[in-house]
Amino acid sequence: MSVADPPRHPVVPRDPPVLAPGHTAASVTDKISSVVFGKMPVWFYAGMAVAFGGVMMLLLSLTKLVFTGIGIWGNNQPVGWAFDIINFVWWIGIGHAGTLISAILLLLRQEWRTSINRFAEAMTLFAVACAVIYPLFHTGRPWLAVYWLLPYPNTMGMWPNFRSPLIWDVFAVSTYGSVSLLFWYIGLIPDLGTLRDKAKNLWQKRIYGTLSMGWRGSARHWHNYEQAYLLLAGLSTPLVLSVHSVVSFDFASGQIPGWHTTIFPPYFVAGAVFAGFAMVITLALPLRRLFGLQDFITDKHLDNMSKVMLVTGLIVAYGYLMEAFTSWYSGNIFETYVMKNRLEGPYRWLYYSLLVCNVLAVQPLWFRRVRYSPLAIWAISMFVNVGMWLERFVIIPMSLHRDFLPSSWDMYYPTAWDFSTFFGTIGLFLALMFLFIRVFPAIAIFEMRTLTPEAKVKEPAH
Amino acid sequence: MTEAVSKLPILQDPGDCHAEWRRPEAAAAPLELAAVRERLAAGRGPRYWRSLEEVAATPEFAQMLEREFPRFAAEWPSDVSRRNFLQLAAAGLGLAGLTACTRQPIEKIVPYVRQPEELVPGRPLLFATAMPLVGRAVPLLAESHEGRPTKVEGNPEHAASGGATSAIAQASVLGLYDPDRSQAPVYLGRAATWQEFDRQLGVVMGAQAGSGGAGLRLLTGPVTSPTEAAAIQGLLASYPQAKWHRWDPLHEDRALAGSLAAFGRALDVRYDLAKADVVLALDSDFLVGGAGAVRYARDFAARRKVTPEASGMNRLYVAEASPSATGTMADHRLALRPSQFPQLVLALAAALGVPGSSAPAGLDAATRRWSEAAARDLAAHRGRSLVIAGEALSAAAHAVVHAINAALGAAGETAIYSEAAEVDPVDAGASLAALTADLRAGQVDVLLVAGVNPVYDAPAGLDFASAINNGRTFTAHLGLHADETAELCRWHLPAAHYLESWGDARAFDGSVCLIQPLIEPLYGGRSLAEVVAAAGGRAGASGFDLLREQWQALSDDDFRRALHDGFVAGTEPPALAPEPGAGVAAALAELASAAPAEGFELALRPDPSVLDGRFANNGWLQECPKPITKLTWDNVLLLSPRSAQEIGASNEQVVDIEVAGRRLRAPAWILPGQPDGVATLHLGYGRARGGRVAEGCGVNAFALQGSTAEWNLQGASLAPADEKRPLACTQGHYAIEGWLEEESHEAERRHLVREASLEQYRADPAFVRAADEKHIDATTSFAPGFDYGQGYAWGMTIDLNACTGCNACVVACVAENNIPVVGRDQVRRGREMQWIRVDRYFRGGLDEPEAIVHQPVLCMQCEQAPCETVCPVAATTHSSEGLNDMVYNRCVGTRYCANNCPYKVRRFNFLLYQDWETPQLKLARNPDVTVRSRGVMEKCTYCVQRINHARIEAERERRTIRDGEARTACQQACPADAIVFGNLNDPEARVTKSKRDPRNYALLAELGTRPRTTYLAIVRNPNPELAG
Repeated sequence: MSVADPPRHPVVPRDPPVLAPGHTAASVTDKISSVVFGKMPVWFYAGMAVAFGGVMMLLLSLTKLVFTGIGIWGNNQPVGWAFDIINFVWWIGIGHAGTLISAILLLLRQEWRTSINRFAEAMTLFAVACAVIYPLFHTGRPWLAVYWLLPYPNTMGMWPNFRSPLIWDVFAVSTYGSVSLLFWYIGLIPDLGTLRDKAKNLWQKRIYGTLSMGWRGSARHWHNYEQAYLLLAGLSTPLVLSVHSVVSFDFASGQIPGWHTTIFPPYFVAGAVFAGFAMVITLALPLRRLFGLQDFITDKHLDNMSKVMLVTGLIVAYGYLMEAFTSWYSGNIFETYVMKNRLEGPYRWLYYSLLVCNVLAVQPLWFRRVRYSPLAIWAISMFVNVGMWLERFVIIPMSLHRDFLPSSWDMYYPTAWDFSTFFGTIGLFLALMFLFIRVFPAIAIFEMRTLTPEAKVKEPAH
Repeated sequence: MTEAVSKLPILQDPGDCHAEWRRPEAAAAPLELAAVRERLAAGRGPRYWRSLEEVAATPEFAQMLEREFPRFAAEWPSDVSRRNFLQLAAAGLGLAGLTACTRQPIEKIVPYVRQPEELVPGRPLLFATAMPLVGRAVPLLAESHEGRPTKVEGNPEHAASGGATSAIAQASVLGLYDPDRSQAPVYLGRAATWQEFDRQLGVVMGAQAGSGGAGLRLLTGPVTSPTEAAAIQGLLASYPQAKWHRWDPLHEDRALAGSLAAFGRALDVRYDLAKADVVLALDSDFLVGGAGAVRYARDFAARRKVTPEASGMNRLYVAEASPSATGTMADHRLALRPSQFPQLVLALAAALGVPGSSAPAGLDAATRRWSEAAARDLAAHRGRSLVIAGEALSAAAHAVVHAINAALGAAGETAIYSEAAEVDPVDAGASLAALTADLRAGQVDVLLVAGVNPVYDAPAGLDFASAINNGRTFTAHLGLHADETAELCRWHLPAAHYLESWGDARAFDGSVCLIQPLIEPLYGGRSLAEVVAAAGGRAGASGFDLLREQWQALSDDDFRRALHDGFVAGTEPPALAPEPGAGVAAALAELASAAPAEGFELALRPDPSVLDGRFANNGWLQECPKPITKLTWDNVLLLSPRSAQEIGASNEQVVDIEVAGRRLRAPAWILPGQPDGVATLHLGYGRARGGRVAEGCGVNAFALQGSTAEWNLQGASLAPADEKRPLACTQGHYAIEGWLEEESHEAERRHLVREASLEQYRADPAFVRAADEKHIDATTSFAPGFDYGQGYAWGMTIDLNACTGCNACVVACVAENNIPVVGRDQVRRGREMQWIRVDRYFRGGLDEPEAIVHQPVLCMQCEQAPCETVCPVAATTHSSEGLNDMVYNRCVGTRYCANNCPYKVRRFNFLLYQDWETPQLKLARNPDVTVRSRGVMEKCTYCVQRINHARIEAERERRTIRDGEARTACQQACPADAIVFGNLNDPEARVTKSKRDPRNYALLAELGTRPRTTYLAIVRNPNPELAG
């Protein structure tokens, strides 16, 4: 591919490049590192202030929670899980795109992943950080749950119950979190070296120097780096599939109609990738606009991400269809009632909103013009973010609120503390994102350099 | 005890001693007096100094302070010496100990100086006693743990109980420990003493002596107690002009008047339901309400435990103005407006040949068909049939019902007559009206009010409050709570609870039960007999003296025997065979002349939980879902769906009620089975005083009564207001449109409650199997099963055909298992904590439901328990005897088990629901059951502590636990004996036999959970004439 070719269609190029023409290794490095070393615009501080407010709200909510009890939330009998687990699954799902982009697309040699993988990975980490808050703090006695769920030798001779999907969750999420962290950090090392070299301030030099772990860019370093990165990509790949499958077991191995479904693992994974790409788009588009990174995150990226979103969206839609079909085909009164309750029950408007957000709203992505319109796909991604949250609402509280015995049916209403905790984690997520953008290169500099024409020239022919 | 703790010397805060601590700055320097002066002058406020060196802050002084032993060599700056090392090690150890510090209450352990007989710590003792209720005794056994009564059971030796209890009796233990009970005499709003009262009373009684007590009035509830009667009669003998008035909103005035009309004298009637083949109840909740209910429920249920072969099943007809628990048991239930009862009674009288009766004209076709069929059925079972009249019926209707029973040959067979057990029975309404008139006329100088609360519960038209609050009468009120009446009296005196006083009273059958205390009065309260005896000049006579005096005819041995048994043998009055007299004709004429009602009718009825409000401060009862509505904490205006539609009211919507110029606002609640055009409002709510729990619940229905205590009011106008009042209902969320229909429909589709007619049952004894899922073998499983070998495998059956939904099991479980009360707001959020609940389903249409059924649901103790597999920390596990054990201290509260439980029997401590502070409530707890804290899941354990008690007994005697030895609290309390519990490995156990009953089925068996609790299906016995 000749990158230097002039665009044939000035408005919507047939096949736009993944890096705008005219860039050299130096210009790429300067452009990206300027975000770290340059002065931050006002909106950055304003945004950070809002996000930090969210973090404070989260701390307040969690403090209140620990001192007063789960009762400050709206959870009840029969709805034992509600916002807590909805948000957990939602955040874990969002994390998925990062791993998918970094690992699977790397193995598949998708070059376009280069400019978005770094912050998608960061997003994964922060989403996992937000997610793990919930399973810990949603327990009645978090001060015990924090270590009783771990298998550790103790005088009681007690192990956790390995039959419980929550224990599988502990392993799945902690593995996922640690591999993602390693992957992200290792990917950062060459860029940390670049930052160390470009830093003018002594402390910056020291910190980046320490973090870059003595990176000198020697051939041996590059060799080791590539090996490690590939290995980790290989390790992460099954995780993309396993984590959300395991999370879905929380429900699939349960007894409750609406949970007890074999379709859940693939349907959850597709949903997670769907939600993850939506969140990448939600974050990437403003970022690219505000930092003027249109050269790096090009229309090509929008196009590809939209396509992934459309495909996974269709899988999810298929999941909804199959849920409805099996509930009818099974002839099981409990299963049919779940569907009836979704369509006619007191929360039906949430189910319909879910269909609008996750099925209808993504259909415009069939059109090329929509895929090349940042505003349109950003709007669609917002629909998907909301829709995927609603999907978890439909699965968790809506299945629980009317299960087997009609005498125990009840309604679930969230309280102000449910919302403050939820928005608090959004605040935490955004605050971490802001900090990340400020202190680390949000786009992988060294990988972008491989996309410049000078890099291509030296590349041996395959 | 808390006071004692706070007075203990507290170690001084070491921080204070070091306030002037300084670091040494340099080597010794000369003391500069100028600097010292300067420093002292510069200080603000008074400053105390120890030495000049201190003020000058010389290094020497600092050094001196620093050294423990100033004159010895310095140690600190050198390397770690032995002394330092030991200091550090000791401090380290001490600090390490701090990490384990929680605030522990200081407890003093004092050995008994004399060991009480039979008292073994950890083993409860049972004492026979009795609870007085509306003058009647409810015979009980009270369980005492180290001197604290914590639980009551029915007295199995007494005919009124057979070992079972009502919900109210179960809750009475909390009444003893109620922290809102009045704790000292109060005079004009200030705390006073009994001595002060005795002195004042002596003065005013002295003033009465001259006039023979013309200005003296005594107001009590109905009295059946020989001891109380003796005390009162003693008082009246000393003051012959004094008057004794009676008041109790639950006193059966109309039944009394009916008896007087029919027989010319006051007679008690009780029923022998074991003999009755056909029973017709007229607006009577006889299976749950009233003194004989526990016995009646037992006898009635015994005739409903049908096998295909036996032919002994009874038949129950119920006509009622508002759905009651008894109505749900009916084979034929008729919802009838209160104004139509006279015609129904007349129609029955005419059909059954009561002399002088003629069929009424105004009866509609459906009611006529119903009454004719019922009458034919009753007549066909002459001598084995019975008509029961409820207190809501008029006196004339009661009289005619006596005549009907006579015509049916029921008298002496199914209806047993005896001399009234009440001493000097009077019409309580009239008695209170007379007292009110005397108060207004200024004829009352001294008024003693004992155990009643007329300022709250007298009919509003009497305006008793203004009469008693007249400023001149010396008024004294004896009661458990500083209630509305106490507030308007000069004196309020704390009464002794029945568990802390001596006394006696007659049970429903007239036999005398003895009340013996289990604990010293917590707050120095006195009993009615003691106070009245003191007023009569016998100050200082103790309750025991009075009781023993009354029963002096009994030898000491006989008295001890009676105390042990709980009743005095041979005190039942003989059965009489009265003939209805001329009064019946007048009663018939009165019924015939009853005018049809205009507008809405209002039925005021005692609340199923708190009755007339006397138990309003009892959290266990307030939180107990009412049998039909499943509402807690409030009373509501019950309307039929059609009536609600007519006036445009929805659930929770406030309705303005107006009857004869009296107004009240109450939230509406739509109840299928309620007759159209009738609004029911329960009494006992809207308390203004009387405790934290009572206040702020519901509305006061007494405010709608005129000058008489009528239960049926006519000509009410109902206007919905633009306001909602949130109500706490434990089943369903009826503010959401269509919920009730959906719930009923789904319950039927899911075959949760299985039901057949007797005919169908005979034709197909295994009819319950028809509803089973055919395509699933519930016994197959991937998981290996458990082997119980020759050990125990506990199991339970619940006979839905016997269950009346009376809630005795619910409150018994609360009392046994230390279950907290969570309050209206938490119930509204769906967080009630009761381990056993009684599910209620309507069958058939919304307007005329075919049936209302109850289904008690507790932990099913599944063999393949969905909760056990999902708990991540293994806090709920399978025991070797098949129980699903809940390990509270291992639980971290993920709530996954509750989510996965198909029966939704698990309860989570969302907040700190247990009261850890109130000292009285600590006494009320069962020491055998863990008190759960916040963040922990809990559920029914099959009363594992009781199983373990039985196991210890059995192992001491080297045998296995006998059938019936380990009884769960719900089983023990159940008046209908609907719950059977035992060892499934024992082929002869009652539970094993019960499981072999063809009616036995498991709830949601198709899930493969293999529940150990199973149900026996309902079999109804409809009259073929009325079928279809």
